[in-house]
Amino acid sequence: MKISGAEIFIESLKKEGVQHMFGYPGGVVLNIFDKLHDEKGLELILTRHEQGAVHAADGYARATGKPGVVLVTSGPGATNTVTGIATAYMDSIPMVIFTGQVPTLLIGNDAFQEADIVGITRPCTKHNFLVKNVEDLAGVIKEAFYIAMAGRPGPVLIDLPKDVTTHKAEFVYPEDVKLRSYNPTYDGNKYMIKQAAQMVARAKKPVIVAGGGVILSGASKELKEFAEYADVPVTMTMMGLGGFPGSHKLSLGMLGMHGTYYANKSIQEADLLIAIGMRFDDRVTGKIDAFAPHAKIIHIDIDPTSIRKNVRVDTPIVGDVKNVLTVLNKVMKEEVKDQWVEVRKAWTKQLDAWRRERPMTYDRESDMIKPQYVVEKIYELTKGDAIITTEVGQNQMWAAQFFKYDKPRTWLSSGGLGTMGYGLPAAIGAQLAFPNKLVIDIAGDGSIQMNIQELATAVINKLPVKVAILNNRFLGMVRQWQELFFEERYSHTKLDDVVPDFVKLAEAYNAVGLRATKKSEVEAVLKEAFSIKRPVFMDFVTDWQEKVYPMVPAGAAIDNMLFYEEKKKVEKKLKAVK
Amino acid sequence: MRHTISVLVENKFGVLSRISGLFSGRGYNIESLSVNETIDPQISIMTIVTSGDDWIVEQITKQLNKLIDVIKVVDMTELDHVEREMVLIKVSPRQEDKAEVLRLAEIFRGRVVDSSQKTYTIEITGEEKKIEAIVELLKPMGIKEFVRTGKIAIAREGIKKA
Ligand SMILES: Cc1ncc(C[n+]2csc(CCOP(=O)(O)OP(=O)(O)O)c2C)c(N)n1
Ligand SMILES: [Mg+2]
Repeated sequence: MKISGAEIFIESLKKEGVQHMFGYPGGVVLNIFDKLHDEKGLELILTRHEQGAVHAADGYARATGKPGVVLVTSGPGATNTVTGIATAYMDSIPMVIFTGQVPTLLIGNDAFQEADIVGITRPCTKHNFLVKNVEDLAGVIKEAFYIAMAGRPGPVLIDLPKDVTTHKAEFVYPEDVKLRSYNPTYDGNKYMIKQAAQMVARAKKPVIVAGGGVILSGASKELKEFAEYADVPVTMTMMGLGGFPGSHKLSLGMLGMHGTYYANKSIQEADLLIAIGMRFDDRVTGKIDAFAPHAKIIHIDIDPTSIRKNVRVDTPIVGDVKNVLTVLNKVMKEEVKDQWVEVRKAWTKQLDAWRRERPMTYDRESDMIKPQYVVEKIYELTKGDAIITTEVGQNQMWAAQFFKYDKPRTWLSSGGLGTMGYGLPAAIGAQLAFPNKLVIDIAGDGSIQMNIQELATAVINKLPVKVAILNNRFLGMVRQWQELFFEERYSHTKLDDVVPDFVKLAEAYNAVGLRATKKSEVEAVLKEAFSIKRPVFMDFVTDWQEKVYPMVPAGAAIDNMLFYEEKKKVEKKLKAVK
Repeated sequence: MRHTISVLVENKFGVLSRISGLFSGRGYNIESLSVNETIDPQISIMTIVTSGDDWIVEQITKQLNKLIDVIKVVDMTELDHVEREMVLIKVSPRQEDKAEVLRLAEIFRGRVVDSSQKTYTIEITGEEKKIEAIVELLKPMGIKEFVRTGKIAIAREGIKKA
């Protein structure tokens, strides 16, 4: 029996096991939306903006590991998805985005609400398709889900002309996909892995740098086993947080521009870096020529283009992190054994000394609400058992620094693109996937306004996300750079003390709004918010002058850090760096 | 250093812009490009001439391989191979140079494919150096129009000694 393209769409998604998607309707996708009306097994969450839909699907994907699914209309609906798609692409998040398109006969005619979304998203999708015949639809959907998840994951877009949704075809969903042109390498080269094991065994000062790839490949267990067995400390990129327990004694926390002193120090002193599922982003390496000057580098990544892109690599291993670590662990145990116990002692001692020398800290005595204090309190009250999303800016860095992520997929943050407005919709996506979990967006007062309309989505769908706004009345991260590098000339970074009133705004959306203006109120506000089974906005009026430390000025070596403790010295030091 | 890269791709809508977008988006340059169907109409072959140090060319080949529609990438420069390009040159020589134009065409194994009272159109196939040489020699005779294909390349097969 022949069925319509709209029905094929729905049946195909069911075959893929999709239960939830996010979207927004419009003219050319009406046939699909009409079919969704009676559909029981497939729920579409109506967001209030297409960007919100994509970030929500992204949050859903990061929290579950399953691909996020989005359905929007053509033209402005499609172009509104671009920032969300680029965000997912930079962080390798699997997603399938369906955009409506004008009827095939009108394509290229500048028809009403026509946009060349395949052309627009070519550089920010892993792959994209324009479906011209309904006969191809099921096969394309199968391929899209496969490509989104295979190898290094990423967003895939399918453009669906209106007539393709009405034309009919026999529905046959392919069993599997075989692409002669795309065959990712999953198993690492055995010889290289053996060589890596020898290097680990011989190293005197090894450090593991774990990235988002650890989480994407589900390799946290294998990483922990490796680090513990070989007794190697672990630092994480921002994307890698949660890939290794932040509270583990081998954890050095995050490295890079706002990394810990001890993480950055360890990199600069190391004789071996084991880079796992990370890509040496400039926020991680700082001045590239001065990065890890004494270290040999082992680089494990599923994407060959990540290897030798920015740094020289001594032992490249292309493969899935989980597969490679499984073999590496075996080789370590069978062939190299624990010949390193003695040499590690000195290294551990050195690391402990750095930890004591400059622990992560801030002014705990202050009467004002320090944003770090709020984050620490959230950690304390939740005991780390929460899914944290973030916006972008200082809020994001404090959330990365002062909360310890012990489990993968509990830290959802836009790393590569740094997209303000990510956190609230992402929290909605995560909450939909985990209705009983505490999901908290640690937000800035600037960023939250970029997708604030999604509060409606949370309220209406009874998704009780919590938003902790670290309200410094500034585009704080930019202000920090202006303070440090532009003589305190705060050009267009001052927001407003009272606009908007976040408490009233929450109430206008039929959510709950709470505010803390004194340090003593913080805990009570958090406790109350966590006890309410509805979306809550918490407005924490924080010290606007607070800055994110440590900080490596852009372009400096990563051990050339500015510290909170020496505010006055900072300026002098800056001049030297400049 | 210059590299000639052969890229086998699925003959699908939009593949060319994926490839050219990769080059422009990452700041690699394309010196010449030729694209055509292969014997199998589902597959096209592109020959791309680009330049860069080994590091860049390694990235280019990896990035090309990463594109979903790319089946195979071969850096011809690493192999023993044959390269060809073709030009069509329309010259309008003075009366006294006409014989010289025809002589040059012959020396370079060119063919006159069109002529008029005032012009000859000459077709020449060969390696880059040969093409450049004839262009230099014909310039003083008055080149009116000039079109040149991108380079195409094919690997040589080894010969076993009997
Ligand atoms: C969409 C977008 N526009 C601009 C920027 C540049 N940017 C980075 S951080 C930042 C300030 C963010 O302000 P806020 O959300 O209040 O966070 P804070 O740094 O104050 O915690 C800006 C403008 C960005 N990352 N994303
Ligand atoms: Mg702010």
